[in-house]
Formats: sequence, structure tokens, C-alpha cells
Amino acid sequence: MPEQTYRDAIRSALIGEMDRDSSVVLMGEDIGVYQGTFRITADLLAKYGPTRVIDTPISEEGFVGSAIGMAMLGLRPVVEMMTWNFSLLAFDQIVNNAAKIRYFSGGQVDVPLVVRGPNGAGVQLSAQHSQSVEVFYAHVPGLRVVAPATPADAKGLLRTAIRGKDPVIFLEHAALYNIKGEVPDGDFVVPFGKAEIARPGRDVTIVAFSRMLQVALAAAATLAEDGIEAEVINLRSLRPLDHNTIITSVSHTHRAVVVQEEWKPYGAAAEISATIMEGAFDLLDAPVERVTGADVPMPYARNLELLALPHEEHIVAAVRRTLYREAASRA
Amino acid sequence: MADRTSHKENPGGLTPRAAGGPAVATGVRESVDLASALHWYRQMVIARRFEEETERAFRRGKIGGYLHVYSGQEAVAAGMLAELRPEDIFFTAYRDHAHALFRGAPPGAVMAELYGKATGLARGKGGSMHLFDVSRGFYGGYGIVGAHIPLAVGAAYALRYKGTDKVCLLFLGDGAMNSGGFHEPMNLAGLWGKEGLCPLVIVVENNEYAMGTSVTRSSAVTDLASRFNQYAIPNERIDGMDFLTVRQTAARVAVDVRATGRPYAIEAVTYRFAGHGAADMFQPYRDKDEVETHRRRDPIVTLEHRLREAGLVDDAKIAAIQAEAEQIATDSVQFAEESPAPPPEDLHAHLYGEET
Amino acid sequence: MPEVIMPKMGDAMTEGKLLRWIKQQGEPVKKGEPIAEIETDKVNVDIEAEWDGVLARLVAGAGDVVPVGSPIAVIARPGEQIDASASARSAAPGGGAAPAQAASPQAAATTAHPRRPAATQPAPDAQGQVRASPLARRLAEQHAISLQAIIGTGPQGRITEGDVEAAVSARAATPAAGPAPAGPTPAGARDVALTRMRQTIARRMTESKHTTPHIYLTASVRMDTAMDVRRELNDRLGPERKISVNDLVVKAAALALVKYPNLNASFIGNAIRHPGEININVAVSMPDGLISPVLHHCDRKPLWQIAQEAKALAERARAGHLRSEDLTAGTFTVTNLGMFDVDVFAAIITPPQAAVLAVASAKPQAIVKDGHVEVATIMQLTLSSDHRVTDGAESAQFLREVRRLLETPASLIAEGI
Repeated sequence: MPEQTYRDAIRSALIGEMDRDSSVVLMGEDIGVYQGTFRITADLLAKYGPTRVIDTPISEEGFVGSAIGMAMLGLRPVVEMMTWNFSLLAFDQIVNNAAKIRYFSGGQVDVPLVVRGPNGAGVQLSAQHSQSVEVFYAHVPGLRVVAPATPADAKGLLRTAIRGKDPVIFLEHAALYNIKGEVPDGDFVVPFGKAEIARPGRDVTIVAFSRMLQVALAAAATLAEDGIEAEVINLRSLRPLDHNTIITSVSHTHRAVVVQEEWKPYGAAAEISATIMEGAFDLLDAPVERVTGADVPMPYARNLELLALPHEEHIVAAVRRTLYREAASRA
Repeated sequence: MADRTSHKENPGGLTPRAAGGPAVATGVRESVDLASALHWYRQMVIARRFEEETERAFRRGKIGGYLHVYSGQEAVAAGMLAELRPEDIFFTAYRDHAHALFRGAPPGAVMAELYGKATGLARGKGGSMHLFDVSRGFYGGYGIVGAHIPLAVGAAYALRYKGTDKVCLLFLGDGAMNSGGFHEPMNLAGLWGKEGLCPLVIVVENNEYAMGTSVTRSSAVTDLASRFNQYAIPNERIDGMDFLTVRQTAARVAVDVRATGRPYAIEAVTYRFAGHGAADMFQPYRDKDEVETHRRRDPIVTLEHRLREAGLVDDAKIAAIQAEAEQIATDSVQFAEESPAPPPEDLHAHLYGEET
Repeated sequence: MPEVIMPKMGDAMTEGKLLRWIKQQGEPVKKGEPIAEIETDKVNVDIEAEWDGVLARLVAGAGDVVPVGSPIAVIARPGEQIDASASARSAAPGGGAAPAQAASPQAAATTAHPRRPAATQPAPDAQGQVRASPLARRLAEQHAISLQAIIGTGPQGRITEGDVEAAVSARAATPAAGPAPAGPTPAGARDVALTRMRQTIARRMTESKHTTPHIYLTASVRMDTAMDVRRELNDRLGPERKISVNDLVVKAAALALVKYPNLNASFIGNAIRHPGEININVAVSMPDGLISPVLHHCDRKPLWQIAQEAKALAERARAGHLRSEDLTAGTFTVTNLGMFDVDVFAAIITPPQAAVLAVASAKPQAIVKDGHVEVATIMQLTLSSDHRVTDGAESAQFLREVRRLLETPASLIAEGI
């Protein structure tokens, strides 16, 4: 199977959709003349023209709102958030308009809007540029929220997002743009609400999404050296959440560790933990562990930033706790 | 008092307008205007009666939440919508009952929506602030001040993008002009307008108060029309209490915007007789005398005078129209009262276009 | 909607079998009327209606096995409409994905009623909570191992899956781990199905023998004085409050337990738990087995009250009308085979108790006193006790105290009156 980078997977999906459907338009800051801050939209202005590749002024509330208006009238705008931190400026538009218009109009109008961009932390961008925003949006009925972890995920989910009728929060990660992965040929799609078993196992279930999937897989490899076989779930989709895959897995392993980059209180892991409790309480041998980022604004200093993020060893330690094997370790 | 002089700022190089004078607008298409004005007079009377009925229903506890009535401002929406084609679209904020009616929504469906019934315009899902009638080009109905403005800008873009010559009408209030939600999309409108990609007719319904704060106390620059100059959007100010003036302006502007795909802003100075919303009963921010003064400029009465002068109505006709409006309002209430509430399964309906 | 639930009729009961409906669907019922008969671990019991009304819907059928706390019927009170949906539990908007497993909301209101135990609580193991993961609890139940008998290695003494598995392996490693697997019934032989009571006895007694190290001590008690005192008391007290020999033993045991509390305690894996009460199970023989209802606070009740309650308990037991409080919180057992002329016997401890006192028949025997032979009425008591909680010397002291109290019965009476 051919390989692509995460970046190219997204880019090729965008191009494919723009070729396929003339109602798809792109909007965002510096996506055109500047070629895109992460070069996802490089050369697209030249290819599709300024009516379809719109460089916007710095005005998230204004251009996200305009995109919603376009979507209401039948276009399929794909808005690039330079980073998801800036989406907070458009929060009212996304939450009060995009998520709700279909509902409070009694179903008279769809909002097929996609907002995409890099989410998360890791390159010393400090507190205001390092947030993970999934929880703010996954909380809201009317939105779809997805977080691809692999190039194949990115391509398949983006197609589903653009072709669908509902507003989608598409959370990429800057640290993933360069990773490579196998991407199937042809017009495959990844549906929303279907998690993937990235690594089967029997001793513990590790649930992760976005960049944390890679960290979880690394932890699983380390644990395997000690004879602990972890099953790793790549969520892909936060809203809707694939309850079935999670519960089925934990029903067999009897223990779970959920990993997220973001702050612990009220995070995605809290939701997933509650889901596991509701669906597999009797079968749990230990409380669900949450491995998360530190509960502080992201510091600038590199060593502190590293301390603020979850790493492989945190996941390994959490797994051991669920197995009551904290003391044991390989000689 | 309203200033009737028009402003003309055309940095984009459009054809200059003839400046209107301070007197009541008269002239060119008067006879044609007046004939169809009778139709709109009737519409305005119905809208006024309807709004009075909604207030009554609110006081009786039949309508919950917020209720923002349009009484006193009818000439603005009627005049603008009179010049809209059926295929054109429009957006407004939450003071939207009259807009829905003027566009042809059945009064029963509008009242039923206020009552929260399944037969309402939005199936009871939206209420007073979220009337939607997409089949008639009415795209809502929004509760956050100023937050509907970018939607209209984007919608206008979409109309041009699709190669149509449709126009998008955007109603907003004087208060919305001070929100961030105004500034950003207006900049986009001006920008995209330069490419002919924003056929947006912007109507500022300046009723002199943003909720309970007057324009003079909330706006650093009170010449609202002139503020569109910052966005390269041509603009003028008109008397929003005179239907004929509004309509004439609308006709002229619609032709222009449709032809060029560039936005245009009209500040219509008007007045609302009721409080901001139903809860605003005592209106501590303005004088009873002030309200009375403005009542003497009631747009319905003004138009009635003009129609009488032209011999198009007499006492009998007026009475008949009033009786008809009374009947329509009463019928709409009865329809709403007798309609069922939305079924419980509607709670989860209409959330997503696609289930996963 | 007033639901009738399967009541909890014993500490370890998790489910019961609905034997038959006494009232049919649609019949009016009055408060206190029996509406169904159920078979539990210990006993067959009638369930009574708690409200006046109509037996609107039968949720379980004859022969159904229903978990404790689950509904078996619905009674519509006068003026109430029957809910079309099976249960009102999922009425909350945004109802969750997992259907409610807990008992109906009525359960909270009915905890005050002695017949309706708080079915919303998970089955506490004997007296109080044991920390164990949900999975561990499940496994322990499946393997019929009491959590009391397992040592928990998790945080705060939590019993984990691993701990249960270790206990299961340990048990399997001991010889005679279980009954021989049954093959086909040989010709001429006859297989009789086990009743719930028999099943429970089989399981509990086997578990006790496997997990509790028993020691046995026998003492011979001279009952002459006690018999005389008893006769005198019964003449005065009248037929309703007749004191039996067993009542004397129960009271003696209760007072002795005050002095030797370890015999009243429980081994809970990492500690010895003292319940703080002295509640004695008194074995009552039944047509198809044995049941041991509880006399509460025996140390504090006068002899005549113990006699009266013991009599009432036995009657209730035989009539199938035992209440759940009659079957819970026992801390010590007295079992009596004296009526069968047994000279001496040793009983099996009922987990999680620490001891049981077996009372044999009181008969005239030749004894040696001051160098010559006399006739005395001798009754042999055999104490079985748990060597994890006590030892031979302490058990012997307890037994000696019981004997002292029986041989000088004035102290039995004086303590209580």
C-alpha cells in the first residue's frame, strides 16, 4: 500500500474534494498567497482561483460566521484555523450558530461546514498557542468532532467531513504533519464514530486519539517486553464516540488507561472513563486510569513543557497500576 | 428628531445618487407606488395587530421566554421587503415576527411558533427569536446581537459564487453596530464587494435604543450610516417611519446591488413603541412624552394619510382593513391554541443532517 | 409505579425463585395479604402486598429465578394509571446508553419496611463492606468463595481478580476439591434435584470446611440444678413463655461471649472483625433441611424474652414467614440435636462466624464425685471454633464459662431480669 505523510493525505483529500464538487471552497488566513502556514494549501490558489481559495483577514468570528452563511446557502466551505487556539474567537459562531441552526430552524437548513487545523502542543509556543480544544466542542450537540491520528485517518475522515451535512471540527496536530503512514488507494472514507483497534491485546485497554496514539503504541511495545499485551484503541472520533469498541475491549481486558494531551479536569478521558464505568462496571478489576497533560497553562521552557505533556512512561506506569504490578519490572 | 439628509460616499466609484431633501419624499413613481402601497398598508396593519396579540398572549402566559415586537418599525421591513424578489433571501435578528409575515408566512404558523407548537414555522424548536422560513428565503431569526451579520455576508457570497443575481438583505439594529460581530464581517463585505462577490443590502433599523441604552450613550459616532465608510460600503440615511421613502430607496438600492454585487448600507431611522422585549415594561431609559411624540409619526397613520389623499381609501375601507386584521390575528391565536405541542421524539430530531 | 421486588432474605442471597402466584393479575390486593410464594436460599416465603390496590402486572412468572431487588410485579394503587412502558426508570431525558441495572426508585422509600431490604445497595458481605473490584466480586461468587476468606493485595486491601484466582487455585490444590463429577445415573439409582436450600447448604458447608480451620472441644455439663430451676420458672411463667433447655444454653453462650469476644468475631482476611453485637443463630430443623434464624442481642435480653422469641422464630420458620432481619447479622450459632438422643456431636461453623456450639441430649449418667459414683443429668456441649480467630486455650475458657453459667443457673437469671 502506498505511503503518504499526514500533510499530503490532508492536502490530497482537499484537492480531490475540490475537483469533485465545485461547491467546496477554502477559507483561512494565509492559505493562498502565503501558501499556507503548514503548506497544506500550497499552490491551491493558483489552481482554483481566489473565489474558491479565499485569503481572509485576521477575523475568526467574521470569517467563520461567513463560512456558516455560505454553508447555509449550499456551499461546502472548509475553513482553516491557523491553530485551533484562535477558534476561541469564533466560539460563539461555532456553538451558537453552526451547531444549532439546523435544530432551531426545525430542520430547514443544513450547515455543511468543516473547520480544520492543528490542535495541541509541543514546540514551545507557550500558553496561548498550545491548547487542545477538543473538549470545548465535543461537549456541544450539533457538532461532529474528529481527531485523526494517522495519514489514512486524516484522508478518510476529511472526505467524510466535507461530504457530510453537518458542521465538523477537524482536529489535526502539528507534530503529525510529517509522519508517514499507509494510505489506501481509491476513494475510501473513514466513517465518523468508528474507532480502530490499532493494536490488539488482552491484558489492558489503552484508549488514545491524535498524537497520543503514537505515544500509546510506543508504551504498548515497551509493556510487551514484560509480557503485558495492551490493546490500543485509536478513537478517531470524539463526537460521536464509539462506545461499542471501547466497552467490548474493556470487557475482555478488565482494565483501561485513557490518554489525552489536554488538561485533566473535565477532559475527554473523564467522558470515556464514565462511559467505561457505565458499560463495563462489573467487569473492571481496577479503576480506569487517566494519563493527561499537567493542569497548568503551557510553560515556555522546554524542560517544563516536556513535564507538562504525557509520555510513554506515564502510560506504562498507569497500565502497571491497573495490573497491580507496579513493583515488578524487567531486570 | 430624525435627520433626513442622505449621505453619499462612493469610494468604489458607483454612480452618484441624487440627494434627497428634508421634505417628505414625493415624486417619480408615485402613482404606481401608491396603488401597491395599499397592499402593504394592509400588511402593516395586520403586522401591528398581530404584534399586539402576541403581547396579550405573553401577558397571559401563553408565550414564554423573550418577545420582541416590531410595533412602530413596520415601514422599514415592509418597505424593504416590498422590493425583494421571491428568490432573494434575507436575515434578521430576533425582532422578526413582522419580517416573517411580510414575506408571506402564514400568521397561524408564526403565532404557533411563538406558542411553541408543532405547527410553528420552526416546528416549535426555535420560538420568537428563531423564526425561519427558508422556502420563502427567510434565513432566520437569531438571538445573539450582531452574530447573524457574518452569516448574511457569507450567504451573499454564496449567491454570487453560484452565479445567480439574487440579493441578500440583512437587517440589524443600531446596537449591533457596536459589536465585534459587526466589524469583522463588514470588513469582509467591503473586501469581497470589491470583487462583486457580496450582493448584500444592509439595513440598519436605528430605533435609537440598543436594548435600554440610547444610541447617543452607546455609540461614539452616532452618524451610523457614515460608519460604513470604514468598510468602503456606500451608504445613506433615510426616514424609516415613511413607507414610501423606504420603498423607493429599496427599489433603487436593490437594482444597484443586484447589478454590481457590491454591498450597500441604508440607515433607516425609526422608533419602536413597545419596550425592547416583553420584560421591558417600565422602560426607565426613556420618557413617556418621547414615546408619545413618536406615536404621532406612526408609519401606519402616515401611510393612511397618503392613501386618503390619493383617494385610495376611505373610512369604510380603513375599518374593513382593521376588522380583517383583527380577524387574522384572532384566527392565528386560535390556530396556535388548538395546535399540538411537538411530540417528545422531536427533542432529538433535527440535530444532525446525517446520523452516524 | 409501586413495584414489588424480589426481597433479600439472607446475607448472601442474590436471587430467588418465584414458586407460584397466590394472587392473579388484575386481582385486588390488600396491604398485608400474601400475593406470591418464593423460594430463597434458606426458606420458602410468602411475599405480602405492601399497599392496597390491584395487582396490575406480573413481571415474573412461576418458576422464574429473579435477582434480589428486581421487580416481580406491579401494584397499581387506587387512582393510578398503569405505565405502558415496562419500567419508569428510563424516563430521564437524554437517557443513557446503559439500561439501569439498579432497583426501582421505590426501593429507597421502602428501606424502612422490614420486608423490603435496601435493594439498591450491592450485597454487603455479612457485616459491612469488603473492598473488592467488581470483577473480583463476580469471580468470587462464580467460584462460591466468600470474599471474607480472601486476602486482598490491592490498595487499601482491595481484593483483585488475581487474589480471587489465587484463592481458587489454593482451594483446587487441596485434596477432595469437590464432589466427584457425576456420570450417567446407574441403573437402579435415582437422582433427586437439589432444592435451593440444599444447594446453599451444600455450598456453604463445603466452603466452611475448606477455608476455616476447625478445632473441637467437648465439655460435659451437670444440668440437674438447671432443670430444677427451669421447671420452677415454667410453672410461674405459663405456656407462652416456657423456657427450654436450648434457651438456657443460648443465654449462657451469650453471656460467655461477652467475656470471650473472639468467639463472636469474624476473620476478614487482614483483620478480625468484632461486630459489636451478640446475635445468636438458633438452628431449626425443617422438612427438607435446616434453617438458623437469629435472636438479636441475646446478652441484653432476659431469659424469658429469649424463650419467647425463640419460640416465635421457630413458628415463623416452619410457617415460611421469616423476615429478612430474622436471617441476617448472626454472630454465633447454637445447634441442638438433643431431641434425637444424640450423646455428642460436632457442628460445622457457618461462615463468616468464628464458632458454633453443638448441644446434645441431657441424660442421666453415672458420674464420679468425691470418690464415689452418683447419677447426674449430663449434657455434652461441643464447641467448634475457627483457629484463625481463636485458639484451644481461649476456646476452652469460653466453654468452661458456659458450663459454669449452666451449672449455676441463678447467674443466668440474675443477669437478665
